[in-house]
Amino acid sequence: MTSQEIHDILAQKFPASVVEFSDGILQPFIKIQAGDIDRIARFLRDDDQLQFDYLMCLSGIDLGENLGVVYHLYSTVHNHKIVLRAEAAKQTPDVKSVAPLWRTADWHEREAFDMLGINFVNHPDLRRILLPDDWEGFPLRKDYIQPDIYNGIRVPHPDHKEEANDRE
Amino acid sequence: MTVNNFPAVNVEFEKPGGIETDELILNMGPQHPSTHGVLRVILKTDGEIIKSATPVIGYLHRCFEKHAENVTWVQVIPYTDRMDYIASMNNNLGYVLGIEKMMDLEVNERANYLRIIVAELNRIASHLIFFGTYGLDTGAFTPFLYTFRDREKILDLFEEISGARLLYNYIWVGGVAFDAPDGWLDRVTSFCDYFMPKIKEYNDLLTFNKIFIERTANVGVIPPDLAINYALSGPCLRGSGIKFDLRKNDPYCIYDRFDFDVCIGKGEEGTIGDSWDRCWVRVAEMWESLKIIRQAVEKIPGGDAKSTVPKNVRVPKGEFYIRTETPRGELGYYLISDGSRNPVRVKVRSPAFVNLSILPAIASGTMVADLVVIIGSLDIVLGEIDR
Repeated sequence: MTSQEIHDILAQKFPASVVEFSDGILQPFIKIQAGDIDRIARFLRDDDQLQFDYLMCLSGIDLGENLGVVYHLYSTVHNHKIVLRAEAAKQTPDVKSVAPLWRTADWHEREAFDMLGINFVNHPDLRRILLPDDWEGFPLRKDYIQPDIYNGIRVPHPDHKEEANDRE
Repeated sequence: MTVNNFPAVNVEFEKPGGIETDELILNMGPQHPSTHGVLRVILKTDGEIIKSATPVIGYLHRCFEKHAENVTWVQVIPYTDRMDYIASMNNNLGYVLGIEKMMDLEVNERANYLRIIVAELNRIASHLIFFGTYGLDTGAFTPFLYTFRDREKILDLFEEISGARLLYNYIWVGGVAFDAPDGWLDRVTSFCDYFMPKIKEYNDLLTFNKIFIERTANVGVIPPDLAINYALSGPCLRGSGIKFDLRKNDPYCIYDRFDFDVCIGKGEEGTIGDSWDRCWVRVAEMWESLKIIRQAVEKIPGGDAKSTVPKNVRVPKGEFYIRTETPRGELGYYLISDGSRNPVRVKVRSPAFVNLSILPAIASGTMVADLVVIIGSLDIVLGEIDR
């Protein structure tokens, strides 16, 4: 099934949730309301025509004003793919979790939370995964500023060059 | 009447039985030889039985994705080497294919064949490391020495063609870094001739060894539906009996021109999806990789392998998700470009990261000693998990 057909099915079933369809690019994606992603994901997984049983990748991205979550889905039964995208404002980055549907999303969502601070509602165990628990800020946001001090230790930084020269 | 002056004492004896054992929380790792790197697993144990296992990762986090945003598209390639450092060629290949797809770049034939040859050689080298260290995990030391002897021969071939033995930076956008030196392809063929009988030797040594089978069969069984729900890939998925290989099901590069089989676990020694099956799939895959290499060496055309390498890599605006089959499974790169010199986002979906996430689901209820076998059979590389 092509992306266009999948979009038509979704737009018919959930007219209020499907925001936009970007066609004419290398990998077309369907934009979804962040609050409805779990309902749509459940439909995509369980519908006989679609059967997206395999979540290839879940990525968080920084879009400037908003934070985005991109879902790359694949069906091992029908051998088709689709890309979904949900966006949430940076102040309240709430996106419904899909970890109860695809267990693989558990760690992917923890990583997106760790790196970009996306809050996945209904996630069973949302805490940092790659960074230490006491890390402040979300490093993959474009406006992230590297801290000068971490746990009392001065962090080497290009801007600290003068001080480094002083020490020598 | 009392015999002495002591008052009467009622001693209550503790009734026999009812001994309770407490839960013990045990840290396995981060410095533990059988976690294959700096993986820490927090175990809640009841005696020898594991009640829950929680992996803690991130000890080897090197900010790959943040680095990638601050260097140019081409400068990322050496960083990809350092993710899965025992299959660097396959890591290069996925990233470069993604860029070429976005740039709509046609790669010349000779470079394509060279890519296939080095990627499959690296698959064998990676599976050899798995096989040797899996022997160590299960208590056999000898296979390790044999596999490293043969892996050395592959590294010699890589050294000759790329100049490096571990981190190659060999596959470039639009081609490869160097053409094959004189006689290199003949040496690849003679390696295949040398290596083919060795697989039987490994099977005699370890795979069909009675003790090894007892140790691994029926341990860490992953049912097929669970494997798909956890999005496992590579030998971990195929070990559960699912015939799915990206080289066949979603062909990339020129894999559709080669004749090879997809090996799956059949539960020959135990249950489908147990640790022995995952090990067996990897052994059988070495055989298939040899088949691919032989065909590629036979068909490789002449010409200049560097003729399509562009002078300047400009990636047009857009985004793309590319997935390739590395020795560990589906390596995905999600690339976003805004048309400038640096990538906007490079997200890596690393196979070992996803494969490890199933550990809590299959570890509870097993013995502590079996956990070593299960972790070994997932074939994780921490450099790729933590990135």
